Amino acid sequence: MAGQVRVLRRRIRATRSTKKITKAMELVATSRIAKAQERVAASLPYARAITGVLTALASNANVNHPLLVPRENVRRAGVLLVTSDRGLCGGYNANAIKTAEQLLTKLREEGKQTALYVIGRKGISYYRFRGRELAGTWSGFSEQPRFDNAREVGETLISAFVAGADDGDDHAGADGILGVDELHIVYTQFKSLMTQTATATFLAPMQVEERTTEEHGQLLPAYEFEPDPDALLDALLPKYINTRIYAALLDSAASESASRRRAMKSATDNAEEMIKRLTREMNSARQAAITQEISEIVGGVDALAAAGSER
Amino acid sequence: MAKELRVELVAVEERVFTGTAELVSARTTEGELGVLPGHAPMLGQLAEPGQVRIKQAGGNEIVYDVSGGFVSVTGEGVTVLAESCAPATADAKH
Repeated sequence: MAGQVRVLRRRIRATRSTKKITKAMELVATSRIAKAQERVAASLPYARAITGVLTALASNANVNHPLLVPRENVRRAGVLLVTSDRGLCGGYNANAIKTAEQLLTKLREEGKQTALYVIGRKGISYYRFRGRELAGTWSGFSEQPRFDNAREVGETLISAFVAGADDGDDHAGADGILGVDELHIVYTQFKSLMTQTATATFLAPMQVEERTTEEHGQLLPAYEFEPDPDALLDALLPKYINTRIYAALLDSAASESASRRRAMKSATDNAEEMIKRLTREMNSARQAAITQEISEIVGGVDALAAAGSER
Repeated sequence: MAKELRVELVAVEERVFTGTAELVSARTTEGELGVLPGHAPMLGQLAEPGQVRIKQAGGNEIVYDVSGGFVSVTGEGVTVLAESCAPATADAKH
């Protein structure tokens, strides 16, 4: 009996220390969400400005830029998947990978070959374990992405995209590199603290909204360009793609923290419930032990008394 | 009345500077550019490495080292887009 109490006590102690860890992780994740959201907000002015500049440019320049025109014959599609470096964040990675898989299946059904680029250790190990070939991997910055990380990824993707322009059906073109003809990105959108959705969107070729005077009823400023519009577009578009990737990374980081907070919160709640249940069990076991001891003593006294009176 | 320029300097990771100025000067790939209030709308790519000088009313001058930058002048003001951006160090000033 006493043995059972000791076992229960040990289990309570173990659960309590687990709860301490999950509680701490929950608090850390909570502060990370706030920080990630701040960084999303801080990146907005640039995103807004570059979009404005691009719109102005596209309305003035010749928009036959390779990054803007959809290729007639899409043979290979590149998919960039954003996952996290660390686990313990609920269904975050599973959802992102599932969405990526759906997209890949869809692309294959359309008769396109696929090239997969993965950010984040969890995604990388998922595909490594299954022996799938990855066109590119990056990791180590999923919780606090910097723009340099996004630029590194962006440069690889853009060079693959540019290299894809002259490829044949299943052989590389004159440059000897097997590139891609379109780019997709799969990341987790941060909608609110409770909702994060894995989404897949186009990265390139991209659609830029062209504004005309008639549509908006106001005169578009007649811009001067230094250097000429086409050269500017050349310089600006890769930067715009990098900005898009950076925004996706920031959104994913916020989502990751939110998922982790939710997972850790339910772990803490469950631990609490378990402690309560185990404490009840322990108390009743202890009570049972005491009751048994008392009845043994009483039984013993009775037996002694009976033996005494017989004499 | 001397009009003032509204100046915004935004880097990818944060907004670096907002305020008003009398003159913004920078160097584009085509040459030196000075923007005074009422400048015609324009878009320019900044030379690498570049400096942006913001001259405020009262003669105070703020200088930033900018890389991967673009400048956009509209009727409302000047926006400088930078990939990275830091206040210029004293010995970097000419």
